[in-house]
Amino acid sequence: MLSVEFFLNALMAGILLGGFYAAISVGLSLSFGLLDVVNIAHPAFILCGSYVTFYANEHFGVDPIIAGVVFAVPFYFVGVAVYRIYYNSFEKTGAESLRGLVFFFGLFFLIEVILIITFGVDYRLVQAFYIGKSTSIGPVGIAYRLFVPFMVGGILATGLYLFLSKTFFGRAIMAVAQDSLAVQLMGVDPIRIKTVAFGISIATAVIAGSLLIIIGPVEPTIGREYIGRVFAVTVLGGLGSMTGTLVGALVLGVAESFTSSFFGPSWALAVSFGILLICLAVRPSGLFGR
Amino acid sequence: MGRIFRHVIFGFLLLLAASIAFTPAARAAKEVKIGFSMALTGPLGPAGKAALLAIQIWRDDVNARGGLLGRKVKLVYYDDQSKPANVPGIYAKLLDVDKVDFAVSGYGTNLIVPALPIMMERGMVFMGLFGLDANAKFKYDNYFQIMPAGPDPVVDWSRGFFEIAAKQKPRPKTIALLSADSEFARNAVVGARRNAKKYGLKVVYDERYPFPGTTDFTPTLRAVKATNPDLFYVGSYPGGSVGIVKAAHEIDLKPKLFGGGMVGLQYTAIQMNLGKLLNGITNYWFWAPEKTLKFPGIEAFLVKYQKEAPKQKLDPLGYYLPPFAYAYVQLLGQAIEATKSFDQKKIGAYIRDNTHSTVVGKVKFGKNGEWATSRTFQVQLQNIKSNKMSEFTKAGKMVVLYPEEFKSGNLIYPYEKAK
Repeated sequence: MLSVEFFLNALMAGILLGGFYAAISVGLSLSFGLLDVVNIAHPAFILCGSYVTFYANEHFGVDPIIAGVVFAVPFYFVGVAVYRIYYNSFEKTGAESLRGLVFFFGLFFLIEVILIITFGVDYRLVQAFYIGKSTSIGPVGIAYRLFVPFMVGGILATGLYLFLSKTFFGRAIMAVAQDSLAVQLMGVDPIRIKTVAFGISIATAVIAGSLLIIIGPVEPTIGREYIGRVFAVTVLGGLGSMTGTLVGALVLGVAESFTSSFFGPSWALAVSFGILLICLAVRPSGLFGR
Repeated sequence: MGRIFRHVIFGFLLLLAASIAFTPAARAAKEVKIGFSMALTGPLGPAGKAALLAIQIWRDDVNARGGLLGRKVKLVYYDDQSKPANVPGIYAKLLDVDKVDFAVSGYGTNLIVPALPIMMERGMVFMGLFGLDANAKFKYDNYFQIMPAGPDPVVDWSRGFFEIAAKQKPRPKTIALLSADSEFARNAVVGARRNAKKYGLKVVYDERYPFPGTTDFTPTLRAVKATNPDLFYVGSYPGGSVGIVKAAHEIDLKPKLFGGGMVGLQYTAIQMNLGKLLNGITNYWFWAPEKTLKFPGIEAFLVKYQKEAPKQKLDPLGYYLPPFAYAYVQLLGQAIEATKSFDQKKIGAYIRDNTHSTVVGKVKFGKNGEWATSRTFQVQLQNIKSNKMSEFTKAGKMVVLYPEEFKSGNLIYPYEKAK
């Protein structure tokens, strides 16, 4: 069982899974890590992405990734609207800590109900030419169903990293995260910056949703499975760090894969969250947190 | 004048009596209320909503014939959200506030068990919908469960899979077991473990995967592949079943017999998505359009179901749960009509002592209210060439291998040959 081939395959499976975890977590890293908005409803937006992807794929035969990217645009504006409501109702009055959390919980369940009413409660899946096929590099097998999400996840994390570090607007988001008052004194409207950033985080969630439905079937309540995982990745990587999110996602993916391969899948989640706890004990700010 | 006055008074009283007799309250008194909880949302929602539609079709069929003993059937139901914690409250309300005449169960073991003590306390007949050994601890004699798992459900569930395997030459020697970490799947694999022992199979892999919470099954299946089992028995739920089938193809897993207790492969949406990937899988099944399974009334029921299901965004074919959801209330209705009574004890005794003809075939209950003999089919999916729904409406695609009396074709063995 402990052959080099087995080890390499377990490693590859973990890396691919980590790429997907990065894709579903980068948006939260932006909203929770940088904007300090505890968006519990993030997985629900991921599911929205899955369902609109399903709709486009089922009715128009659109490739899931293309559907995810296209629908990211209108959902950006949904994110903008959600943040405006959140800001005006909670953040502005300083009531964001607990009431804001309740707001996002409510939003989570509201989205679930809307999905149930709109799409029904049946399992939904998509078709794409790369689903169900695989290739190999030497002894290492690679399933396209996981490779495509890995690539998209990597592109999303890298793209957001470059956006935040190299563009004026990205640096403005980082500045707001560091010192909102100082940014305001420079003549920049921090609320506008945060609104745009939140919109981007929701747009990335929708793209991640298209990846989720490529990997497996979805039903309206499946988002709950990912609440713990997206927050774990974000916290493990270090709040607000895109590099950290990517690394944290890879660590959890590889840990899950190794545990499933060598010790049995029943321990996989426990080991992943155990790593998170150890990391928080040793380095409370996460792997790449400041 | 006095005589005219008396006539007027009499006419008025007659009118009053007639109007009272036809008020909604009076009509309601003549209805037979059947109450239940049902998973209309949550993980069991897809199946629960399909079950509800089947029950509604039965209600309409019965009411079109004039009702039960002349009383129209009214359904009273609440969404249990697939949560067992909601069930006791719902049944208390059904019995104490809604005053239902009969109560039947929601869908699934986890949602039947919390209702059983309440029904026992009231001494009411309780029809169960797809509970796996739910009455094992209660041993309530008025509980009757419609899923054909048999008198020893845990073992009978997988018996067919092992009997088929035992007939192959050379006889398989090793088995890998994988199950979701939940009560149903665990029970299924407990039975598989006992059957493996009975048939002298060596268990080379025996693990559970987190449910919910497993995104990718590739590492797990690679670990299974490393043990090179002859048989691979899986107890999984829909999301996991899809992930396992896809991962098995991606890593080219080649056990000689693969499947067993995978929930979800019977759902049309999943069948259409997996298409050819299903070929060769041998799994438990409850109904398929095979010539050996043409039970009286099943096709008429499916026509009605398939007309309505797309409008409600439900499983469009409805072969899995809906016929049984129809049958468990059909059987209750038949018992009421046969005993010409609404007496719970009489109805319970009738259901217990007789064989019943339903849309899912002949049903005879035995120990703990389970079927007297197991009739869990094992089918092999064969000759699926596309992802179209029409693939799954024809005979010869879900070939019944077990039990022998319902056999509609032969096993393609090993699994690899049927892929």
